[in-house]
Amino acid sequence: MSKLLELDHVTKLYPVGGLFSRQSIKAVNDVSFSLDADKPEIFAIVGESGSGKSTMAKMMLGNEVPNSGRLVFDGTDISTIRNRSQREAFMARVQPVFQNPFEAFNPLTRVDAYLFGTAHRFAGANNQAEKERVCDEALQRVGLSMAEIKGRFSHELSGGQLQRVAVARALIPSPKLIVADEPVSMVDASLRMSIVNLFRSLRDELKVSIIYITHDLATAYYISDRVIIMQKGVVIESGDARAVLDNPTHPYSIALKNAVLPPDPRAASAAIRLRSAAAAG
Amino acid sequence: MTEVLDFKPAVTQAQDVLTIRDLKAYYVNDMFGVRREVRAVDGISLTVRRNEVYGIAGESSSGKTSLIKTLAGAIRPPMRVVDGSVNFSFGDTHIDVYAEPEKMKAARWQNLSYIMQGSMSVLNPVRRIKHAFNDFAFRHMGLDRRAFRQRVESHLQKLGLDPNVLEAFPHQLSGGMRQRVTIALATVCEPEFIIADEPTTALDVLVQQDVLGLLKEVQARLGSSVVFVTHDMSVHAAITDRLAIMYAGRLAEEGPTQAMFDNPQHPYTAHLIASLPRIGDVSTRKSLAGKPPSLANPPSGCRFHPRCPIAIDRCSKEVPEMLPSAIGGRVACFRAGEVAVK
Ligand SMILES: Nc1ncnc2c1ncn2[C@@H]1O[C@H](COP(=O)(O)OP(=O)(O)OP(=O)(O)O)[C@@H](O)[C@H]1O
Ligand SMILES: Nc1ncnc2c1ncn2[C@@H]1O[C@H](COP(=O)(O)OP(=O)(O)OP(=O)(O)O)[C@@H](O)[C@H]1O
Ligand code: SF4
Ligand SMILES: [Mg+2]
Ligand SMILES: [Mg+2]
Repeated sequence: MSKLLELDHVTKLYPVGGLFSRQSIKAVNDVSFSLDADKPEIFAIVGESGSGKSTMAKMMLGNEVPNSGRLVFDGTDISTIRNRSQREAFMARVQPVFQNPFEAFNPLTRVDAYLFGTAHRFAGANNQAEKERVCDEALQRVGLSMAEIKGRFSHELSGGQLQRVAVARALIPSPKLIVADEPVSMVDASLRMSIVNLFRSLRDELKVSIIYITHDLATAYYISDRVIIMQKGVVIESGDARAVLDNPTHPYSIALKNAVLPPDPRAASAAIRLRSAAAAG
Repeated sequence: MTEVLDFKPAVTQAQDVLTIRDLKAYYVNDMFGVRREVRAVDGISLTVRRNEVYGIAGESSSGKTSLIKTLAGAIRPPMRVVDGSVNFSFGDTHIDVYAEPEKMKAARWQNLSYIMQGSMSVLNPVRRIKHAFNDFAFRHMGLDRRAFRQRVESHLQKLGLDPNVLEAFPHQLSGGMRQRVTIALATVCEPEFIIADEPTTALDVLVQQDVLGLLKEVQARLGSSVVFVTHDMSVHAAITDRLAIMYAGRLAEEGPTQAMFDNPQHPYTAHLIASLPRIGDVSTRKSLAGKPPSLANPPSGCRFHPRCPIAIDRCSKEVPEMLPSAIGGRVACFRAGEVAVK
């Protein structure tokens, strides 16, 4: 069976400490998995803050190069994508949603310029009316509209609005793979459900695969087909999302699942007190 | 007005540190020759006391960030305070934020710290993290260099960060590490008043608990006040003493957190609590019908009426006032208390 995306023993090192230090950390340590081309799926990556999730996303997008191992997208080693036209062809099929929308959008560029640029380059929209139509269609899918966004800068939108613009932008090229790094961290439960349901319909109707990086175990459970759990660069547990999250076996995965805050003030504040007390010794 | 705001338990002599009266703050834009007003804060009154964590919840674009920018005196054009007042009392210092901007400026460094939404993006990209601590915290702490460094390191450790992050540049840290750095920066000098806007969005649930625990610890040690903004109701459950629910630029309900979860009085509060996702649940949860209303052209009467499951005729014609609620808070609804969460 042919693969849409394959990670083969991928490792990424970063130097730590000063410029002249020889120490390094393994941000991503020997990670392998693959997504089948003819079985679109939602693949969740959860785990500790600083465990290498975004680093992995950057490598999948060709923005970072592994120190060892290979990442292959649809038969092409991602690290061999060099010139502009190869890059454009790649981006037409693999689209990112970056972690923090406040960092992803340049404060001096109007937000719609990103959308129009994407519509022009990847959706063949050549005139203004066509661009606006394509962008509005994408924005409607995340509960926004061109009318709300037009002419605005990133600091003129709320956090959740900006994050949804980032998701909408990724939809415009009709990609095969979306690498979404914390795409719903700033939206409320209700909108969050509508966005993950959108992911699900992209998978089912348009055969799009989605890498879903999240700290939200509830939505990971709800929409994902498979999940990997990471800690310190290493995949400590992986498999069918429901099976893994119902019955985690690694101590860290178990601790993570148990740390999900209960939706009740008495129980939730007790959980915080307990953890503080344990940390204080 | 005062007896409406005043329902504090008799046990503590709670003092009001922050008093907001009928605050209206709009974004006024002239776009394509058309004047457009976004009424993001539209007639809000509330008080925050010493020694409490006051939560503000509400859906995306309901005006949470706009409200706290206004109370921190951190607004710039096109935002304008068009009516109402914001007053702080720090001990003997009383500040009317919009009448005395210079006084507020001084207080912002002395008494108040503000963790902005997405603030990990404001760290200077070309300077090491330790410089940010030196710039923002050192002079307020009255410690010598070594003691200061030790204090910062132990503070970082409580947030699960290796002291080595002090030597790093912002881009060398993960999103959640940067978010924790900004929390450390805002709390290490233990200010009297902390405003935090979505400070835990990039954290795994274990680290999130550490961060909430630390905030609570800093707050409790000095009896400070925290205004905590998040859309995440389980975070409110974990850390807030009182909770305000915002809807379309106004308060829908306010009250003691536990009581609001047990017995919400406003249908929107009931919806927020019922829609809390639970792991292990694969049933499709009902999103609230309809879209968040436009703040440039909000619905008439009760702003929630187009989406309210129990709306009556009156709701689209009259604006419900914030009145004392049955659970010791305030609520703005003609049918308050008529919804039960199940
Ligand atoms: N450009 C860089 N230079 C040096 N170290 C880096 C760089 N980028 C990331 N790191 C380090 O790599 C590790 C993994 O970071 P990464 O951003 O992948 O984590 P993450 O799992 O996405 O975390 P979070 O959930 O907090 O976003 C961290 O220790 C981080 O400090
Ligand atoms: N500078 C601005 N000019 C015009 N409108 C603005 C500006 N800044 C924010 N707004 C609008 O004000 C409304 C309220 O935004 P605000 O940031 O207060 O929402 P929020 O409740 O914090 O939402 P979120 O949870 O998504 O962060 C939004 O509709 C937003 O688009
Ligand atoms: S006032 Fe009417 S529309 Fe508004 S919340 Fe109450 S019942 Fe619903
Ligand atoms: Mg990350
Ligand atoms: Mg906000």
